[in-house]
Amino acid sequence: MFSWNKAFIFKLIFLGLFNAFAVWAAIILFVQRNYIFLGVLVLGVIVINYVYLSKKNYHLKYIVPGTIFMVLLVVVPIFYTVYVSFTNYGTGNMLDKQQAINQITGRHHRPEDPREFYFSAFKDEDTDEIFVLFEDREDGSLFLGEDDQAVPVDPDDPRLEDTTGDGEIDTFEGLEKMERPDVIQNVSRLERKEFEYDDSLMRMRDLNRFALYRPSYEYHEDEDKIVDLRTGEEYFPEEGHFVNAEGERLDPGFQITIGFDNYRRLITDPRITGPFIRVFIWTFQWAFLSVATTFALGLFVAILLNDKTMRFRKLYRVLLILPYAVPAFISVLIWRGMFNPSVGVVNRIIEYMGLSGLPWLQNIFWARVALIIINLWLGFPYMMLLGLGALQSIPGNLYEAAAIDGASRWQRFRHITLPMVLVALAPLLIASFAFNFNNFNVIYLFNEGRPAIAGAQTPAGGTDILISYTYRLSFEAGRGSDFGMASAVAVMVFMITAVLTWINFKYTGALEEVKENE
Amino acid sequence: MNNYTPTWMRVLKHVIIWMIIIFALFPIVWSLSASFNPSNTLVGQPLIPEDATLDHYIELFTSDIHPFTSWMINSVVISLMTAFFSVSLTTLAAYPFSRFKFRFRRNGLFTFLLVQLFPQMLMMVAIFIIFLLVGRSFPAIGINTRPAVVITYLGGAIGVNTWLVKGYMDTIPRSVEDAAYIDGASHFQIFYKIIVPLCKPIISVLFVIQFIHSYSEYVLARVLLNTTERFTLAVGLHMFVQDQYGARWGVFSAAAILGAIPIIVLFMLVQDHIVTGFLGGGGVKG
Repeated sequence: MFSWNKAFIFKLIFLGLFNAFAVWAAIILFVQRNYIFLGVLVLGVIVINYVYLSKKNYHLKYIVPGTIFMVLLVVVPIFYTVYVSFTNYGTGNMLDKQQAINQITGRHHRPEDPREFYFSAFKDEDTDEIFVLFEDREDGSLFLGEDDQAVPVDPDDPRLEDTTGDGEIDTFEGLEKMERPDVIQNVSRLERKEFEYDDSLMRMRDLNRFALYRPSYEYHEDEDKIVDLRTGEEYFPEEGHFVNAEGERLDPGFQITIGFDNYRRLITDPRITGPFIRVFIWTFQWAFLSVATTFALGLFVAILLNDKTMRFRKLYRVLLILPYAVPAFISVLIWRGMFNPSVGVVNRIIEYMGLSGLPWLQNIFWARVALIIINLWLGFPYMMLLGLGALQSIPGNLYEAAAIDGASRWQRFRHITLPMVLVALAPLLIASFAFNFNNFNVIYLFNEGRPAIAGAQTPAGGTDILISYTYRLSFEAGRGSDFGMASAVAVMVFMITAVLTWINFKYTGALEEVKENE
Repeated sequence: MNNYTPTWMRVLKHVIIWMIIIFALFPIVWSLSASFNPSNTLVGQPLIPEDATLDHYIELFTSDIHPFTSWMINSVVISLMTAFFSVSLTTLAAYPFSRFKFRFRRNGLFTFLLVQLFPQMLMMVAIFIIFLLVGRSFPAIGINTRPAVVITYLGGAIGVNTWLVKGYMDTIPRSVEDAAYIDGASHFQIFYKIIVPLCKPIISVLFVIQFIHSYSEYVLARVLLNTTERFTLAVGLHMFVQDQYGARWGVFSAAAILGAIPIIVLFMLVQDHIVTGFLGGGGVKG
């Protein structure tokens, strides 16, 4: 039963476009033999067509579009992270085994006494294309470089002409042979040219000759080994590399699953464990200190402002909230300049007071102090706003009763305000803890996790928290990436963050909210 | 309550608050001043520049070394697209959760909540590799493209926002729709013509919050983008600072001020909702 209304036609057009697009994508994936992605695509297409053509399950029509993004970019990455944490994926082990074999067996070397070919090059000035003709002077055979292949060519081929009659071919399809200076000018282009011949490769040797390069390695599928054709040495796959009897490896390596090795190294390898534990402990200290300091100052300001009769109260509130309104990445970078030990304003003020400036960026302790100050600045307005809200909710008669009993200001704060505010804000404080636990921006933008911890084998810095450590393990230039270990750290952070958030859900009753939706 | 506060104490309160205000405003005022200060170094900068200049702002838009304009455009385009699509997708997804009865409704809701346990930032390695692989087949949405960043942000924004919109929709009385059903409207017409207009308050707040959020995101953008002119402002400014700090403080300050202003304005628009944690306020208006 179709109803040919506008909505239906619109839907058909939309689905048609989507499917056309999907077919185009599928062809590309098929040609590239990317069967995993192809499978995902086909599944997606089936789901979408079913959902939008079926008359049942109309709620899915609303839910599916958003869910696809959530599944592909949150759920899949979660599982993929766990998977990568069990592999040796990283610099030196980027490829899968077949790709590594292809790369190794694709290498060639020049034998001691290679077969050599004198070459003539012809340049088509119109298309800027260079053709190369080879001559083996020992047997007089001729070859033409075509599509990266060296193809035998007959000396009587009509394309080849000897116009001067000196026995050397000087014209190809009417193109003049390049003279020496031309060859020199185009030498880098010629050097890049490679032509396959049998199982070997022709490469430029000097300005006159190309030489035949022999393959260096051969892969034996039945025994799963690579043989060095020069020495006869055999390499067998072992822990992600092909390794010979002496333990020498062939690069590149390949990806394999290595079980819990990344986790084991984090916990037992002394050069990794030491710095990792320091990062781990500092992450908790950092999150705790961040919440404690921002909450203390925020609540203090909130109590000061919690006086309806105060003059300029609205103005104060707006001015105090400003730090929270500036994007954190900008304010952290500003603070980074202000804390610059040699030129920054903070040390200038300290020096102005007659003291000597502090090494804010070079010393681990002072860098951490600077970070706490920055985060206090960033975070106290939020806590102030929360505090103002929580203070409103404390019933006034509690204070009246306390006043009658003769409680001092401090006693009233200690026994009424603080406990009431803490209970009201507990979930938000836990959320704030979880947020700061992963507060990459402040840590990384201030000092990239530096200063370095002396003697650390992995890029672990004195102010690094787990998440910035993960980033540096994966993407820090110069050190090489260790995606496997980075993912292992990320999985640990997953678990800690998940526990924190779970506790929070319990507190806020978010889980009950789910149950109410029976 | 205490109804008597001595005068000295009231004055002290104001003094303390002003001290905290100085702490709060100092970095902002300082970079504002630096952005107008003709000297470009961090050393010896007076708070109120004697001969204020717009040179740093002009250099910002004309320098070839650091394409500030491209960074700004990238950030705004990425944030706008993310905000628009995330709000559209979450409003759609929230509707059946709020209005229909179906199997797995509770489990579905629970899944949306569960996904929030895992901050997307932690999956940077996985997301990087995924887009690296996608880029080999479809360069237009692979590494170093705006769509890659937008798609990533969208994935992370769906879960929590769907909950927020659903919570708001729950507060809209059903009586409004019943009349429309009697008149023979389809559920999509009801969604589009009745529910969406009634949800405008939460939709606009979420739009702004999502915009701010995407604009301020650093690490995923850093991982996904790798050429200077494709950077977002966050990634670009960090690189700028790493490259040449002391020497170009004035230009950096100008960039910081210009980059912060739109967000400050947007923030002031939605600050009440941020305080209540988005969940508290949400009565039916209309």
